[in-house]
Amino acid sequence: MLEVRGLNKVYEGHQRRVEAVRDLTFTIDAGDLVCLVGPSGCGKTTLLKCIAGLLAPTAGEVLLDGRPVTGPPRGMAVVFQEYGRSLFPWMSVRDNVALPLKQKRVAKARRRELVDEALAAVGLAGTESAYPWQLSGGMQQRVAIARAVAYEPEVLLMDEPFAAVDAQTRADLEDLVRALWKRLGVTILFVTHDIDEAVYLGQQVIMLSASPTVVQERLAIDLPAERDQLHTRADARFTHLRTHVYEQIQAAKRGTRTDAAVASVAE
Amino acid sequence: MTAVPDAGAATAGRGPRRGERRSGPVRGETLLLGLAGLAALLILIEVLPRTGLVSARFLPPTSRIAAALADQARTAEFWRAIGDTLVGWGIGLAIAVVAGVVLGVLIGAVPLLRAATASTIEFLRPIPSVALIPLAVLLYANGLGSVLLLVVYASFWQVLIQVLYGVQDVDPVAEETARSYGLGAWARIRYVLWPAAMPYVFTGIRLAAAVALVLAVTAQLVIGAPGLGAKIAVAQTSNAVPLMYALIVVTGVLGVLINLAARVVERRFLAWHQSVRGEVAA
Amino acid sequence: MAATALKRIGLVLGLPVILFAVWYVATDNSQSFYVPPLRTILSVFDDTWTGQRLRADVLPSALRLLAGYALATVLGVGLGVVIGSYRRVRAVAEPVLEFFRAIPPPVLVPVIMLFAGIGDGMKVIVIVSGCVWPILLNTVEGVRAVDGVLADTARSYRITGPARLRHLLLRSASPQIMAGMRQALSIAIILMVISEMFAASNGLGFTIVQFQRSFAIPEMWTGIILLGLLGFVLSALFRFAENRVLAWYHGLRSAQRKS
Repeated sequence: MLEVRGLNKVYEGHQRRVEAVRDLTFTIDAGDLVCLVGPSGCGKTTLLKCIAGLLAPTAGEVLLDGRPVTGPPRGMAVVFQEYGRSLFPWMSVRDNVALPLKQKRVAKARRRELVDEALAAVGLAGTESAYPWQLSGGMQQRVAIARAVAYEPEVLLMDEPFAAVDAQTRADLEDLVRALWKRLGVTILFVTHDIDEAVYLGQQVIMLSASPTVVQERLAIDLPAERDQLHTRADARFTHLRTHVYEQIQAAKRGTRTDAAVASVAE
Repeated sequence: MTAVPDAGAATAGRGPRRGERRSGPVRGETLLLGLAGLAALLILIEVLPRTGLVSARFLPPTSRIAAALADQARTAEFWRAIGDTLVGWGIGLAIAVVAGVVLGVLIGAVPLLRAATASTIEFLRPIPSVALIPLAVLLYANGLGSVLLLVVYASFWQVLIQVLYGVQDVDPVAEETARSYGLGAWARIRYVLWPAAMPYVFTGIRLAAAVALVLAVTAQLVIGAPGLGAKIAVAQTSNAVPLMYALIVVTGVLGVLINLAARVVERRFLAWHQSVRGEVAA
Repeated sequence: MAATALKRIGLVLGLPVILFAVWYVATDNSQSFYVPPLRTILSVFDDTWTGQRLRADVLPSALRLLAGYALATVLGVGLGVVIGSYRRVRAVAEPVLEFFRAIPPPVLVPVIMLFAGIGDGMKVIVIVSGCVWPILLNTVEGVRAVDGVLADTARSYRITGPARLRHLLLRSASPQIMAGMRQALSIAIILMVISEMFAASNGLGFTIVQFQRSFAIPEMWTGIILLGLLGFVLSALFRFAENRVLAWYHGLRSAQRKS
């Protein structure tokens, strides 16, 4: 479904070159929910931008359904961390959600339907005519998620979407993502620096090394499909998994990693 | 109500700008490209009349404009005209700044006064200063008074409005703290209101400096008060086209220099203030 | 409630009424040739600005102003979007544009008279030549400052071409564009008057100078007052339009300030 092959990204400055991503290879199956987690500054956002077609990799390629990604592909939607800056402040909530659909030439009646459904799905029915900045941070991020959902993407990319909201809202939004994923059957790649979040949300967790980035380890999360904040997080298996991920990330920060892990498989 | 040649006045300041961090070589490249742009303009003005695309009677080539300028630069009269222009500009600006700051602080510090003057200011400010030209002619003929009347009227509002913005921007917490410590009105103005309003005062002065030049030259051009504007009018009536262009270039250069100087002064004085260090998104 | 409303009305109208009264009373017995009694000025106002004169002088002035201003806006925003979108184009053009903006606009009147004669075309070009710079440079600034995340969002949803221009660039730059247009409006009025003072056979600027030259002082004063009213009305109209166009912006700013 989504394939990243030998991805490398080097930023050429005038005095120095920075290798943000060294060599990343992994695949994501259709319908999967994969969390990418890594130490801060490990090039997560760079990777995500390359996958989204917003940034051209220096070497390697990204394939979506076997076709190389050269620009933003049709079946992909992105939710950014900076909700306040990814919504159009001059448009109402409804127009924000509807604009990509209009651009996709979705007929008016269907557009209305999709927007209403998406806003209802994220619990924002009734806020259609408000401006984004009239809403709280959590609600703004819900609008961004609704926009992505209404777009009906095959792949949904989320770049640390909850890093800037408060803890309570964050838990709600995590459950929202799980619920939407199960209901829509969309493939989700969720980037985060929060280990608990990665383990709680993902079916798979891909751990990245510190910059220059490679895959540290890939881990299947064998928690039950039904998860909730209270019980899942108290689960012994959850604790075990998060400890494992935590250790790997700590090792990644120190720069020690077993060569076996570079092979990117832990199953 | 006059020209406000300033793009930065209303920087939207939403979030950091992309590609804002410029490394040395990029800045060097920008400088080179800018010089290339200026050079291209000079070459274009040289070529257009020479190829006959534009009649040289309307647009003389760069070289002839430069020659006319060089001729002028050797005459005392030219430098006197620049001096006259700068004197009108400077005195007018000084009066406007003092009046604007004093009245602005006074009106700003007294809430009742602010409320009572708001409508009057809103009404008087947009009155175009050139409407006063006939009056200036009658009162002062082509003397310095005419220039000052127009310059002061136009630039006064720029300063006043900015000072009022600044006073409005005083942190209410700081104001309350000052009150609770029993600071008197004068001390509050001195230690709370004035420092907070400073950046705005400088913005006002910068805007007023540009506007003052426009009005000084305009008054000379239309009324005939001595200075660059009057020389342009004479060059026009005597059909000395290259000289006219040369003088216009001089007014432009003066304008650029005044803008640059105002920015430098502003940066120097406000080096400590964050609004200059980088417009942070609120 | 009624008391506060009354107080507000008092504050809004108080000072203007006092100033007007002071002017009226102070000049009532004025023997000064240049400062006639306000009573005299007001009494000749109706006779001076008759329907005929409004049609023959005020209307042409207003039309030139409107044409020049509209043209400058279209040109300034159009060029500004292009220049603002490309870093290198901007680097080449900016010093040249800054120079043109620094030239006091009225000195361009003699130059433009060379090219365009003394007709309506000249006056419109004069207005355009003065108004275009602040709009252009502010648009460049606005387009340059488009938020990176917002631009990425638009791109990832494949919002490109005209839709990007309409929904992203122009809207995002609108606070700066409006700031440029506000500056340009003042310049437009100045240039309308100046161009008519130079060479014209009708128009507000021309008429006022005629009154002054023929020493019709009360009539001249009515002209000054009319010009002031014009400036006030135009700026009020502009403010009305600006408040509508930038409602989102003011809301956003105050929301940010609160947080």
